[in-house]
Amino acid sequence: MLLLTRKAEFSAAHYYYVDAWSAEENLRLFGKCANRNGHGHNYTLEVTIEGKVDPVSGFVMDLKALKDTIEREVVQVYDHRHLNLEVPEFRSTLPTTENIAVAIWHRLAGKIQGARLHRVRVYEMPDLFADYYGEP
Amino acid sequence: MKVYLSRRYHFSASHRLHNDAYTPEQNRAIYGKCNNPHGHGHNYVVRVTVSGPMDPVTGMVCNLGELDGFVRRVICERFDHKNLNLDSAFEKLVPTTENLCREIYRIIKSGFAHVMLEDVRVDETSNNSFEYSEREWHLISARQ
Repeated sequence: MLLLTRKAEFSAAHYYYVDAWSAEENLRLFGKCANRNGHGHNYTLEVTIEGKVDPVSGFVMDLKALKDTIEREVVQVYDHRHLNLEVPEFRSTLPTTENIAVAIWHRLAGKIQGARLHRVRVYEMPDLFADYYGEP
Repeated sequence: MKVYLSRRYHFSASHRLHNDAYTPEQNRAIYGKCNNPHGHGHNYVVRVTVSGPMDPVTGMVCNLGELDGFVRRVICERFDHKNLNLDSAFEKLVPTTENLCREIYRIIKSGFAHVMLEDVRVDETSNNSFEYSEREWHLISARQ
């Protein structure tokens, strides 16, 4: 088995705020991220797939197909959007790095032909990232 | 739903690799330039990986502010712009980055119990990095 990783980038706005809590509680837990005017990041997404090398093509899968799937399923939906306000999965959950990784996994699962999704890694910034392996 | 969160921290420190149990010649032979009596330094990068289920309300594996505050206080403030050889952790231990990595793991593990600590990686330079974990490596490498 071989792992293959494709990178993509998107830039988006978000904020962290739980409506059921007071403004003070939100500020205490989320700090600057609780500012409801939002802020943004340049996110880097790494999608790792696992598969066998085709003996003829020498590919695990067609990288262009993987790139197009990531573009269609994730980048076009998230890029230059406000995640809380414009992306359906974040109407009910906060767009934390962890939740974004899980959401992207679900967006891609079953849509990659010829290989198995191994890992979704989302960098919110170079020093902070979340990994999801589809574990329950 | 198990998610892994990794956060990187930075500090700069000096050290000298030397063990009194060796002769001066042996120290020079084993540690090379790192045995320079006056020491030298690095910009260390510490990557801390924690895991767990996400809190259903906050969507977080752990409170990042708490993790940052803890690591910056017990690791960065302790080691930044210091001489590692003079730190209590290295009284009887050569401050190789292997030992530094394991000490950082132990410090975080013993003081931050809110979440599962998966592994600690320390980059000594852009070419050298070290990882320590108490988990089986084959389980960890399977998720790289």
